[in-house]
Amino acid sequence: MDNVTPRVRVPKTASAGEAILIKTLISHPMESGQRKDSDGNIIPREIINRFTCDFNGQNVVDVKMEPAISTNPYLEFQATVPESGTFTFTWYDDDGSVYTDTKDIAVG
Amino acid sequence: MTRTTSKGVISAAMLSVLASTAGAEIGDKLVVNGDLELTVEAPAPAFMADTGIKTIYSGWLFRDPDTQKIEMDDFDNPGMLYVDQGAEMWNTPAGTSNKSCADCHGDATETMAGVRATYPKWNEAAGVVRSLQGQIEFCRTEHQGAEPWKYAKAEINAMEAFISMQSRGMPVNVAIDGPAQSTWEQGREIYYTRYGQLELSCANCHEQNYDHYIRSDHLSQGQINGFPVYRLKDTQLTTASGRFVGCVRDTRAETFKADSAEFTALELYVASRGNGLSVEGVSVRH
Repeated sequence: MDNVTPRVRVPKTASAGEAILIKTLISHPMESGQRKDSDGNIIPREIINRFTCDFNGQNVVDVKMEPAISTNPYLEFQATVPESGTFTFTWYDDDGSVYTDTKDIAVG
Repeated sequence: MTRTTSKGVISAAMLSVLASTAGAEIGDKLVVNGDLELTVEAPAPAFMADTGIKTIYSGWLFRDPDTQKIEMDDFDNPGMLYVDQGAEMWNTPAGTSNKSCADCHGDATETMAGVRATYPKWNEAAGVVRSLQGQIEFCRTEHQGAEPWKYAKAEINAMEAFISMQSRGMPVNVAIDGPAQSTWEQGREIYYTRYGQLELSCANCHEQNYDHYIRSDHLSQGQINGFPVYRLKDTQLTTASGRFVGCVRDTRAETFKADSAEFTALELYVASRGNGLSVEGVSVRH
């Protein structure tokens, strides 16, 4: 799907073992599959059905998403960071598209 | 604070009481990203002397604390998604000229700073008052040779949001005299005209009854300094002219079109009632 923009906020630095707050937002219509267009035809479902966050290859969260989630889904969660590294965020669209973003964090 | 007290009588003492009793209150100050304070309260412009309104308030003050809070952080503000899209379009060539906005206007952070604060504005060459969307559309069709975007649709709203952001924090300052005066007077006429089966004028709600409730909705002064606005119920941007269509429709009237001369005049008049409030870039309302 075109025109999908992920945004992620991760602190640039943290201390070892600190729980940091991560915020993610992605522009997506999250079409539920329940609505009809002006001609009465069902608008096919198209949602982001899964979101994952990994840190240095280790999974942090893996979220299964459902049609009742509203447009432009916003997810916020905490993670503890043992070492410097990279967060990888991945959103999976019903149409097979995959959107990714990465953020580095330094532990000092 | 969310203005729940009767109008015009909020003393500093009452404010402190409100603040101490309601822990979730955001307060009166709109500070974005912790460092940019926007003006949400200002003395009414001189021409409003006979309206009974002495102080003008941004619609932000009338919203729930949860909604207010979203606008206080650019990450939480979903309107910023569209600002990003607008920024991308700014640099994307379009039309037969194959030029982008940036090819003529350069760096928007410099060339577009303050633009939103002065629109709608008299255009000498065209001999009309143009809204910002009108000007964007003119550039697009005449200078870029591209298909018009159509008023109040996703692309032009995103572009307006991007341009509006370049003026965030600047006071609204539209000209109401000189060549714009007759259009401004037309806008004032529309503001006080009752429309629809419900026979409501803009003034009935937003001048005579702001800070009261219309069913469950807390009426604001109808200021448009925050537009374009990300409406949580629509999950998309709404422009001033788009909101006018909605408001007049809610009076059960046939509305003017979003890009009509009537709504451009009304936009000028309503904007002038907010002269002195900050442009909010992209605001968040419910």
